[in-house]
Order: sequence, then structure tokens, then C-alpha cells
Amino acid sequence: MVKAISKLNDELADATESQLKIIGKPFRRVDGRAKVTGQTQFADDVQFPRTAYVKLVRSTVPHARIKNIDFSAALAMEGVLGTLIGEELPDKFGILPVSEDEHALAVDTVRFVGDALAAVAAVSEDIAHAAALAVEVEYEPLLTISSVEEALCTPEPQIHEYADDGNIHKKVSLKFGDVEAGMEQADIILEDNFFYEGSNHLALEQHSAIAFAEDDDRVTLYSSTQCPHYVHRALTKTLDIPASRIRVIACSNGGAFGGKSDPFNHEIVVAKLALKLGRPAKITLTREEVFYCHRGRHPVQMHLKTGFRKDGTMTAQHLRTTLDGGAYGSYGVASTYYTGALQTTTYKLPNYWFEGARAFTNKPPCGPKRGHGTPQPRFGFEVQLDKAAHRLGIDPAELRLRNLLEPNTITANWLQIGTIGLKECIEAVVRGSGWKERYGKLPEGRGLGLACSAYMTGAGLPIYWNHMPQSGVQIKLDRSGNVAVFCGETEIGQGSDSILAVVVAEVLGIDLKDIRLCVGDTDLTPVDLGSYSSRVTLMVGHAAKQAAERARDKIAEAVAEHMEVPKDSLVFANRTVFPADEPENAIEFSEAVVIAESRFGTLGTTGSYIPPRAPGRYRGAGVGPSPTYSYSASVLEVEVDPETGLYEVIKVWMAHDIGRALNPVLALGQIEGSIYMGLGEAVMEEQAFRRLPKRLSGALVHKMPSMLEYKSPGFHDMPEMTCYMIETDDEQGPYGAKEAGQGPLLPIMPALANAIFDAVGVRVDQVPIHPDFILKGLQAKKNGRDPRVGPTSFPDVDYGEPLIVHTPAQGGDGRAANDPKASKKGLRSASGTMKKREDALKEHSSATLTTD
Amino acid sequence: MLRLPPIKLVAPTTVQAAAKAIATSDDNARLVAGGTDLWPNMKRRHQKADTVVSLMSIPDLDSIDSANANMRIGATATLANIIRDDKLRARFPAFAVAVASISSPPLRNMGTIGGNLCVDTRCTYYNQTEEWRRSIDYCLKEDGKICWVATKSPKCWAHTASDSAPILCALDAKVRLVSASARRELPLADMYVDDGIDYLAKQPDEILTEVLVPGSSDSDHCRSAFWKLRRRGSIDFSTLSVAAAVWTDDNDVVTRASMYLGAVGSAPMPVAEIDTVLVGNKMSEDGIAEIAHVAHKIARPMDNTDFAASWRGKMTVQYVTAVLREIAGLPQLRMRPRHRLKVV
Ligand SMILES: Cc1cc2nc3c(=O)[nH]c(=O)nc-3n(C[C@H](O)[C@H](O)[C@H](O)COP(=O)(O)OP(=O)(O)OC[C@H]3O[C@@H](n4cnc5c(N)ncnc54)[C@H](O)[C@@H]3O)c2cc1C
Ligand code: SF4
Repeated sequence: MVKAISKLNDELADATESQLKIIGKPFRRVDGRAKVTGQTQFADDVQFPRTAYVKLVRSTVPHARIKNIDFSAALAMEGVLGTLIGEELPDKFGILPVSEDEHALAVDTVRFVGDALAAVAAVSEDIAHAAALAVEVEYEPLLTISSVEEALCTPEPQIHEYADDGNIHKKVSLKFGDVEAGMEQADIILEDNFFYEGSNHLALEQHSAIAFAEDDDRVTLYSSTQCPHYVHRALTKTLDIPASRIRVIACSNGGAFGGKSDPFNHEIVVAKLALKLGRPAKITLTREEVFYCHRGRHPVQMHLKTGFRKDGTMTAQHLRTTLDGGAYGSYGVASTYYTGALQTTTYKLPNYWFEGARAFTNKPPCGPKRGHGTPQPRFGFEVQLDKAAHRLGIDPAELRLRNLLEPNTITANWLQIGTIGLKECIEAVVRGSGWKERYGKLPEGRGLGLACSAYMTGAGLPIYWNHMPQSGVQIKLDRSGNVAVFCGETEIGQGSDSILAVVVAEVLGIDLKDIRLCVGDTDLTPVDLGSYSSRVTLMVGHAAKQAAERARDKIAEAVAEHMEVPKDSLVFANRTVFPADEPENAIEFSEAVVIAESRFGTLGTTGSYIPPRAPGRYRGAGVGPSPTYSYSASVLEVEVDPETGLYEVIKVWMAHDIGRALNPVLALGQIEGSIYMGLGEAVMEEQAFRRLPKRLSGALVHKMPSMLEYKSPGFHDMPEMTCYMIETDDEQGPYGAKEAGQGPLLPIMPALANAIFDAVGVRVDQVPIHPDFILKGLQAKKNGRDPRVGPTSFPDVDYGEPLIVHTPAQGGDGRAANDPKASKKGLRSASGTMKKREDALKEHSSATLTTD
Repeated sequence: MLRLPPIKLVAPTTVQAAAKAIATSDDNARLVAGGTDLWPNMKRRHQKADTVVSLMSIPDLDSIDSANANMRIGATATLANIIRDDKLRARFPAFAVAVASISSPPLRNMGTIGGNLCVDTRCTYYNQTEEWRRSIDYCLKEDGKICWVATKSPKCWAHTASDSAPILCALDAKVRLVSASARRELPLADMYVDDGIDYLAKQPDEILTEVLVPGSSDSDHCRSAFWKLRRRGSIDFSTLSVAAAVWTDDNDVVTRASMYLGAVGSAPMPVAEIDTVLVGNKMSEDGIAEIAHVAHKIARPMDNTDFAASWRGKMTVQYVTAVLREIAGLPQLRMRPRHRLKVV
């Protein structure tokens, strides 16, 4: 239920709104009918004659050298068409240029149970499965590393040789301002250990891909992917054929949540097999295999130390994190930075020291999941704020209001913040939940908890260094009146197709039905980087707006000439074009296009978007910047049974600063979906592993790779929700819009922990919060011990020398004061952020930069 | 996706023909009813069969006779039809609650009572795919040498998974078993063996044809209750269940009582002491506490399903107390309705 859409700037909003025709209205999503009637083609629905069905042979040991792979029994089976091994795809790939550490099929070493090491293709899925089971693999075991702690004390054997230190993949230490002095100014210092368990995205659609080849050097891949452009790059890297002959088509995704934003081994394998066998090759993963692809939430340990003055304001914060990364890099380097980067975006934090380390372990690789790297530290931060509020005797909502960041500021870690609707968010949920009357006053067992958060609306930088647009849109118009819109964006269920269409329809004054979309096709559509980092509405929106405005301009020019009226007087509305003061002289939009096509020849326009350059110049400043940030606040009400520790979330109030809701129904879906997913992580989800007793077995396996035993809530487990959308009309967003798909997930986990404390006085400093934790806390309380459950220590990590960065308040310039690598040349500037486009263009003939 | 291995499926139309089919097939033949347990297990390859004999084409094997003094339910009656039967719901409400708690609506449309009573024992080391089990070198229950739940144990601790079994045992239900050569009737409780591998006293070639629930167990004579501990509001198997039935005379003095625990042993675990504690007395808080204490010792939750095993053990006390308070008509102290199940 949407309680209200409140406008911050009412007059301005009213003025803009009166001019808007579709934007802001709850129109039906453009792909809605096809989805509910089963017409949408998901990757697994794509069928071709003569298809070879592919099954990956996966490692049954956690860490080993491959000594031999024996296909003889498999090849003897009738219907087996061929096999593939790692040596046939020798080039490594990986989403981040700094960690291209994956082979499509393991070469030499397997690194976790489920790591793919060979593929078999057969005339049916049944035969492929039987053949895969019949492949015999001989292993020479290597020492298994199952946790961050083990990685720290087991530098050898290295899971990857390129790691920063032994099995520590990446280490970061960034110090902004004078943290020591800040701590000294504090009246109280809180220090806590937190733990946040890993989880899978659990998209309903399992990954699927099908490829076919034309000639021996041209291949097309259909896949369930969020990022066809990055898949295209990975195929180019591994298949050894030119990029121009590889076509990747992203099908509609049945959910993704970050789990389909890496290029995957199975995509490369089917493309290669299509080329090798000369017939289409297809794979659809089982649910278990999805847990092996993983790239889900990193398990993160945190040590959080924050200084507070008596009035609740903060003087300094020192955050240390460890991430259990699993066996490959994936987005892990970015994830590591993200466990620190957004801590500064909600409240005034004058001095801030972040240290993070990601370990390689013999488990499926972690990566980006909704909120990418930020829910974990946000959980710690918001729980600690609750503790501070209690220590200082300040209401938790009031404490946050006192600390709110000013709009249009640069944070201590050099993030440029625009509008902030957090105050209004807090006020909305405080009002809605009756916080002032009820918080701390509910009967034993009932409690309220509050938490806030912020999130990016699109990552400021692309994943590989380049100065090309991050989003491009092309529009083709012709005499039929049909408007074809081409864009590389991918629909993952969030409604991005609808946003693309509505922006064009809005500008041209036409109906959504007049628009034909062609999306996510690397041959036909201009590049869009993909559906990740909450970037699509903002970046695709801008690109679409630009392309559509250019088309409108062209048409207006021709029509103005034709009607002999000033161009500026023309209005595009109701599928017509007319001079503002002569609506009776309106001509059909299609007629207007005929006039323009006659005047200019074939019509087509383009639009593109590059985010503004962020002010940070230190190494690592590339993670965190965004054109604008969304804000959320939530209050959650819980009822706890003190006899059992079982609890029920009764109600959630969520307010989200969305900038502007381009379609309130779609936005609400994203907000409610975020609440749902957040509750899953808060209450039950765990990507947990079993290590068998070492003296009997070397096994390290996923505990429950099935949808029955990996517990995730169903819709019947959902509480009642009331959502508020706060519109701040941010000038960086198209029509003022910010993101809605990730931010509202973040406050849920800490709000639950805080509500449980209010209900029964037990602090649970880790998620998911199992009932036995609460019972343990209650027992401790009864026995006069600290009623806290959670990690009691933090690993001893040597994060290395911190980069010292002076804050804006200290008069810094965004650069690190002590970076030894600060003199490197090239398009990628020494600071690790990108050079200005103009400077880069001066140095190079082209602004294109590849990763190598 | 996970696919079934090739099998020969036969679907006889009489119990006799089915019994003959199973008796004359090779060793690797199995019975199937709704298939909601067998098919997933075969897809994961931890149950294997070359021939599968389906009972679903036998007419009338799914009939429910709830009007009769002693209720009779045919083995292939679906769980959905059982809870749809008004008379049954009125007479044996706790049984209806237990059946309604099984899995989810689509699965209850397929799943049968016979299949539910014979459902395989479960363990998170076992209900896994062939590939996964290879990674742990299998376990005692299937193809392996070690029980990973208790590595020194010579026996398998997989837990009983049926939600209808504990309540039907408590209600003194009997089952009829038919093979090609014989037929017999035995108390349902005697069909179970506390062993994760050989969990049924029934022979593999015996077909369970019907369940008989004595009229003396219906709500006119007896009060019963069923509670189930699970993570989510649907789908999940029990991680602990408690079923009890208490018979009283006109003065509320207990004349007979029976209680079984589910999911905390390889068979439904009887709490025999309930009889000695309650019989001859009116139900009291003290009596309930005593039984809860005993039940806690009987429950053997292992680390082979959801939730921390030790906590599940503690929950036995809470759940036994709740079940007996419900039967005694005492208010629940703190437990939220969340724990309570309902027939929708
Ligand atoms: C996701 C999921 C959730 C589930 N949740 C629950 C739950 O909460 N509670 C619960 O109790 N169960 C649960 N189940 C298990 C199962 O669905 C039910 O137990 C169901 O009642 C089984 O009945 P069926 O007819 O489908 O059995 P089948 O799969 O057909 O058979 C099960 C076993 O019984 C044998 N069998 C079947 N009928 C007979 C007969 N007449 N005579 C002799 N042997 C027979 C078969 O050989 C087989 O070994 C769940 C299953 C799934 C897949
Ligand atoms: S209890 Fe032991 S033997 Fe039985 S299934 Fe589980 S691991 Fe295997």
C-alpha cells in the first residue's frame, strides 16, 4: 500500500507534473501482458533444431589438481556428441579487469565443489546428464581453505597467485581525516563486532544459455544475463574470434538480483561447443548449479568503532571488514570497497577510516547481490547507532535526525551528494508507525526498530576504463508512426523496458503502444552496460530522453516549416502535433513523421549518457561515486515469543526517497520486493557450508543447494507493509528520478535487530537472526550476563599502510597524500580514477581503453 | 533441470495385480502413489528403481469413508481430499490439521495418505543429488560407509518425515497391508522402526491399502492436538512435531492418553509415560510439565534438518506443553498464533 507520495518542493513538482503526460502515472508495464500470458521468451524457451544439450562436469572435491579426465565411458554412450575441456578455452576471463581469474572450464586446478572442469554434449538432456556422471576424474588433493581465518593463516597453497597477500585477494585501507583526533573528541566510543551471513539471489529462473554458429567464426548466444555487453567482452576474450562476429542477446530474465551480472562459464562453453560441433548448443542449470554459479552476498565480519559526542553527533569512525570471497574474483574487489564506501552517505562523519580485506576460499565465488557490499556495514552501523542512542538517552530517530548529512555536500571520502530526502523518510515512518507514542513502551515481547540507509543510482564509473557512453539509445521513426527504440539495456523483471518506452513516449507525446522496443542485443542495439548498480532508470532514462528530444526537434523543425509556425510553439501530445495556441490544427503524429521524413530523408536519432566526474582522486575513489543517491528509512514491528525465541515481523513501514517515481506502481514493486528480500536475509537465508571432520574426509560442500532446504520466505511469510515515496526531484536524474531497486533493502536487517532489542532486550549482532540466538540472549539476561549474541572477536588482519586522504573540510584536493603509485601514466590516471575525458583524448587518438 | 532416470512404469488396475507386479518384478521395483516423495528422490538418484508400480490407476483405492463408526481411508486418497472431507474434519480435527500442514497445496493435490505414511526418512546429507553425495563419498543410508551426522554411529539417524504418522499413531490407527501372498492388519505404530534405513516393518512387496481410525478416537470421545515446528508457513517438513490424544470420562478424568513426537527420531517416538502420568487424574499444569520433561529426553534431534538441533530439543518442552494445554483447554501462555496451524 502506498500511503503517500510526498513532494519536497511542491510548487516545482506541480509545475513539472502538469506538463507530464505518462510519467508519474501508474501505467501498465509494457511487458506485463506477455509475462502473465506466458508469451515472454526466457532463455530456456529458445529452441533450435538439432540442438546439442550440454552438461558441465563439476568438481566433487574442494581444492585439487586435475590429474586425469577420462571420457571413455561417456563417449561410449549412444547419443553423446562431444566433449570440451579447459585447454580448449585457454584464455581467462572475469568481470573485473583486475581479476580475470576464471577459465570457462578449469585448467589444471579445481577450486571448489561445483567448479566446472569439463563439458559433455548429447542429443538429449538425459543422455548429457548420464554422460556427465560417467566422466571419471582423478584428483590430487590440495589443502582446503574454508574460511577467512583459514585463509589468513594459510598463505600456501594459493588459490590464486595474483592475490595481494597469500590467500588474501584484496586489501584496502583508506583513511579520511584525522580519525585519532576524532576519537579523542568523543564522549563515548562504541566498539562492536558484527557478522552478516552470505546469501544467494534465488532468482526463480535458473541460468540458461543457447548458442548457434554460422560459418566457423560467427556465433550468436541467447542468455539469461543482466549484462550482455560484458558477456560479449568475455566471449571475445575466450573464443578467439573478433568481437564483431559475436552476438549476445539477453533474453528477459526471470529475476536476477545481481546473480546474472557476471559472464559465466556455461555461456562460454555453449558458444564454444556450437562452434566446435556445428550445431546449436544449450544449457540450463539446475537449482544446485545456480548455487555454484552463486556470486551472491559476501559473508562479512565487521569491527566497527565509532566516537560520539554527548549530543549524539559523530566524531570519527573506524570500520574493519573481512569478506569471504569464495574461489574467484568476480566483482569481489568492488565488493570489498563497497563494504566501506557508502558509510559516509547518510550522516555527518567528519573522520573515517575504512579497512577491508577479501579472502579466497574454496567455495563458490561471491559477488554482487542487491545492495552490493553495502547491506553488511549498514547493518553494523545502524545497530550501533541504536546502541549509541540507548547509551546517550536519545531517541534513535532523533539521533539520526541530528546527524543528517546536508544536501549538496562532498563527504569525507569525496562522494558528491545531491538531494537528500532522508529527513522526510524518517518523519514518514515515525509518523506512520506511531513511533513517538509506542517506541520503548510496547508490552514485553513487542518491539519497534528503526534504521536508515542510502544507495547509489548507478555506479559513476564503468567496469573497464573507457570514455564512451555508459548508456546509448537509438530511435528509428518512419511514416507508419511506429517508433522503434534500440537500447542495450536488459529487462530483469524490474521494469527497465517500461522506463525506456515511457521516456520516449513522454517526449514524443505518443502512446506506449506506438513504441517497439529492441533491447539487449549486441548486434542491433547501442551499448548499455547492463542492469546493475541501480543504473538503468537514470542512465537509460537520460539517453532515451536525449534521443527522443532530438527526434522531436527534427520533427518539429519540419512541421514548423510546413505549418509556417515557430518551432518552439509546437506541442507533442495525444499522438498529435499542434501549435500551442491552435490545438484545432493538430496533425497526427504519423503525419508529422511523414513531413519530417519527406523533409530530411530517413529519420533516426541517438542519445547517450556519461555520468558526471566525481571529485575523488585517490586510488579506490572509483567505487562509491554516483550521479545521485537514494535514501530510505524503515520502522519494523516485531513480536517475539520469549519462551522459544521464535518471532514474527508484524509490520514494516518503509519510506524511500526516489527522486521522482516515473511509474509509482513499478517503483512500489521494487520497494516491496526489497523489503521481501531484506527480510529473507534478516530472518533466514544462509549460503552455508558443511566441512566434514577432517580426519575422515576432505569434503567442503554447500549445505543445502535446493529451494526446499535453502530457506527463503514465501509470500505467506510476508508481513503487512506501508510504503511512502518521497520525491526530491534530483536534477541529476531524468525527470528527477533516483533508484528504487536496491536501497530499500538496506534498512530491513538492522531495523529487525533493533526491534528485537526493543521487544526483549536482546542484542543480536549478526544476521540471519535465528530463534535460538534470541533464546540464548534471553537466557544470558536471566542469568545476569550480557544479553548479546554475535561474534566475540574479529580476525587479526594486517591491512597494510593506509592511504591518507585529506577531507574537504581539511582542505584536501581529493588525492591521497601518500600514494607511492601516484605517478603512473595513461588514460587510467594514477589515482585509479579516470582522467578527464578531454585530457585523455589529448593523450590518445581514441578514447577507447581496453583492459589490457 | 533434474530429470528422472529411465524407468519402466506399470499401472495395474487392481490391488492384486499391483501386488503381483511388485512381487514378480526384479529387486529394484518400487511402489509409487502421488510420487511427490519418490520422484524427487529418484531424480537425485538416492532412491533407485528399474520398475515402478503405480497405485493410482486402481479405482476406489482413494475412497474415504468418514461416516462409518471406524473411519476408513483408502491409501491413494489425496491429502487435499482428506482435508476437504467435512465429516473427517469434524471428527478428527487434529488429524486434519496435520494433513493440512503437509507441504503445499499443489503437492497435497498429488500426495496421498499411503505415500505419506511410507514417506522416506530424511537427512540433509542424504536428500541431495548424486553429484553432491559423491562429494561427501555418500553415507550409510545409501552407498556409503559413514553416518556423517554421528560419525561413530553404526546406524542411520535420518528422521521420520511424515506429518500424518504421529497423529494417526496417537489416534490408534491401524493399517491394512496386502502382498501377493498375504494380507495383514497392524497398528500403525508397529509399522515404524527407529532406524533411518529400515524405517518400516512393512515388507517392500506389501501394499498399504487402507488406514483405519477407530471411532473411539473421534472428537466425541477424545481430544487431540497436533503442533509442528517449521521455518516457514508452508512447504517445510517438520523439524519437530507433537501429536497427542487424550480420552476422558464424564468427569474430565483421563482414561487413556497417547503422544508421539515426529522428526526427532527415525520413527514417530512414543511418549509412553503420558499414560501413567495422566490416567486417573484430571489434566493439570503439573502433569503437563512432567510429560514435557520426559518428552524432552525422548526426543533425539540431530543436525540433519533445519534449525539448531539443541534448540529443537528445547522446543520439545514448549511444543509438548502447548499441545497438552490445547487439549486441556488451557490458554497458551506466550506462544503466538504463528505456531498454530489451521486447515484452510
Ligand atoms: C517440497 C516438498 C515438501 C514436502 N513437505 C512435507 C511435509 O511438510 N510433511 C510431510 O509429511 N511430507 C512432506 N512432503 C513429502 C510428500 O509430499 C508427502 O509425504 C506425500 O504425502 C507423499 O505421498 P505420495 O503419494 O506423493 O508418495 P509417493 O512419493 O508416491 O511415495 C512415497 C513412498 O511411499 C511408498 N508408497 C506410496 N504409497 C504406498 C502404498 N500405498 N503402499 C506402500 N508403499 C507406498 C512409495 O514406494 C515411496 O517409497 C514434501 C514433499 C516435497 C517435495
Ligand atoms: S543420518 Fe547419517 S547415515 Fe543417515 S542419512 Fe544422515 S548421514 Fe546418512
